[in-house]
Amino acid sequence: MIQVNGLIKDYGARRALNNITFDANQGEIVGFLGPNGAGKTTTMRILTGYMPPTDGTAIVAGYDVVEESLEVRKRVGYLPETVPLYTDMTALEYLKFMAELRHIPNAEERAYETLEQVNLQDRATGFIGNFSKGMRQRVGLAQALIHRPEVLILDEPTIGLDPAQVVEIRNVIKEIGKDRTVLLSTHILTEAQNLCDRVLIINKGKIVTEDTPDNLQSRLMGSQRVILRVRGDSDGLDTTVKKVKGTRNIESKNAETVEFEISADHDVRPQVAKTVIQAGYELIEMRPVGMSLEEIFLELTQDNSGDKK
Amino acid sequence: MRNIWTIAKKEYDHYFITPIAYIVAFVILLVLGFLFWIVIQSSISNVLLYGNSSAPNTTLLSEWFVILLMFGCPALTMRLLAEETKSGTIELLLTAPIRDHELVIGKWLGSFLFIVTVMVITLIYPVILNRFVTPSLDWQLVLSSYLGVLLAAASFLALGVGISALFSNQIAAYFIAFFVCIGLLIFIGVPSRFLNAGGEIFQYLSMGTHFYDSFNIGKIQLSDLIYYISLITLGLFTGTVAVESRRWN
Repeated sequence: MIQVNGLIKDYGARRALNNITFDANQGEIVGFLGPNGAGKTTTMRILTGYMPPTDGTAIVAGYDVVEESLEVRKRVGYLPETVPLYTDMTALEYLKFMAELRHIPNAEERAYETLEQVNLQDRATGFIGNFSKGMRQRVGLAQALIHRPEVLILDEPTIGLDPAQVVEIRNVIKEIGKDRTVLLSTHILTEAQNLCDRVLIINKGKIVTEDTPDNLQSRLMGSQRVILRVRGDSDGLDTTVKKVKGTRNIESKNAETVEFEISADHDVRPQVAKTVIQAGYELIEMRPVGMSLEEIFLELTQDNSGDKK
Repeated sequence: MRNIWTIAKKEYDHYFITPIAYIVAFVILLVLGFLFWIVIQSSISNVLLYGNSSAPNTTLLSEWFVILLMFGCPALTMRLLAEETKSGTIELLLTAPIRDHELVIGKWLGSFLFIVTVMVITLIYPVILNRFVTPSLDWQLVLSSYLGVLLAAASFLALGVGISALFSNQIAAYFIAFFVCIGLLIFIGVPSRFLNAGGEIFQYLSMGTHFYDSFNIGKIQLSDLIYYISLITLGLFTGTVAVESRRWN
């Protein structure tokens, strides 16, 4: 659905995108992560036909974004970071206008349907200028969905929303992503973790890495930290854990807890559990302390990390 | 064509919820109403003082109409593309499946239809006048002068849309468009009075030549029509190039 190959974009002397290559398939939600100025919005603008690249090719829904820009724009729904709304129109008028621009028959009916999809049907005749930020964001999402696009490109779709609205919007995106292609950019890493089938991390105009959120975690973890908690007296617990081959860097965190490290490719947690219980401790918890996507993101987007892939 | 109409319709509807459009329409109708009263008064005076009962000349109305449009058209066009750029909604339009020239023409058409609406209202003056005078008005002259006003408005609006596409600041768009309109209508023809050689070029470029010496005296000439069509094309072309260049920048 989206095939990007060697995309380059220069703004004067500054190179905003430097040879970006990736693809996204139908029924896939792909997250685009990166710090400010990394090139996320530029990539999205190129894919939606807003601006041409300096070099490279991008095929969206089977059409070249430069040569067949109109065909691409017919098939793409786009929610820019600054939600583009006419505040002196009602939500219904706005969506009807967008439906008419896209030659949708029964534009008003479709506008209503789409408002229902984003749960705004009760505010159809309300002026957008009087809407809260969350409601505006939903109207913006509705305009991106109105023509039932094959590809949906969302630039920071949940920015500025309250937690309940974030959940609502995420559910809408998840539903759409079942049979269509969604490319979304976000700063919120848990969002990428919850929503995306695949994550692309971009920094300084280059894709630093791409994988599923889970694979990213395991790929980047050479070792894993584990927390072990027992009930009652834990004297000598660290020594007991140390007896198990494969454990290292053992730390007593408090009276009941120790934290230790194991090799990611040699999981010795069953042996640790067995040893601890045999030693007479009441084991109540043993859980991995995973490297969060935040940590991965920070590690990959730090200076000079562009070569890590 | 459908895209042009969709955009034109939106812009036309939008004028009826903006104060600036009502102010422009109000001023035009007020000033023309006052001039209409002067025309009637002078006709009555002619009859009473000199026994002259010739049909009143309504070209005074069209002469002033063009001057009012010179002020009013930039006010109607200043926000058309400048506001889209400033508010970011241009991104919405440039990623919708419409061509850049369709966007610009649609904007122009919306503003043109608004001015046509105002002009239709002003037609009430000659129609009423005609009921009370004998001999009746020279309708060929009335319609010719109205056609001239219509073409002048279309040109001012096209240039205004083109200039609006170059700016994100509405005030800047207004003043640049206003100076272009006043330059075309009044100043560009001035050098022709002082120059022997080349004076005709300035005379040809002046809108005054193609209105006051043409449509407003009942003459409809192909060269004048070409002049207005050229101005409209120039304005719309400028707008389209400005929108296209936005993509490349």
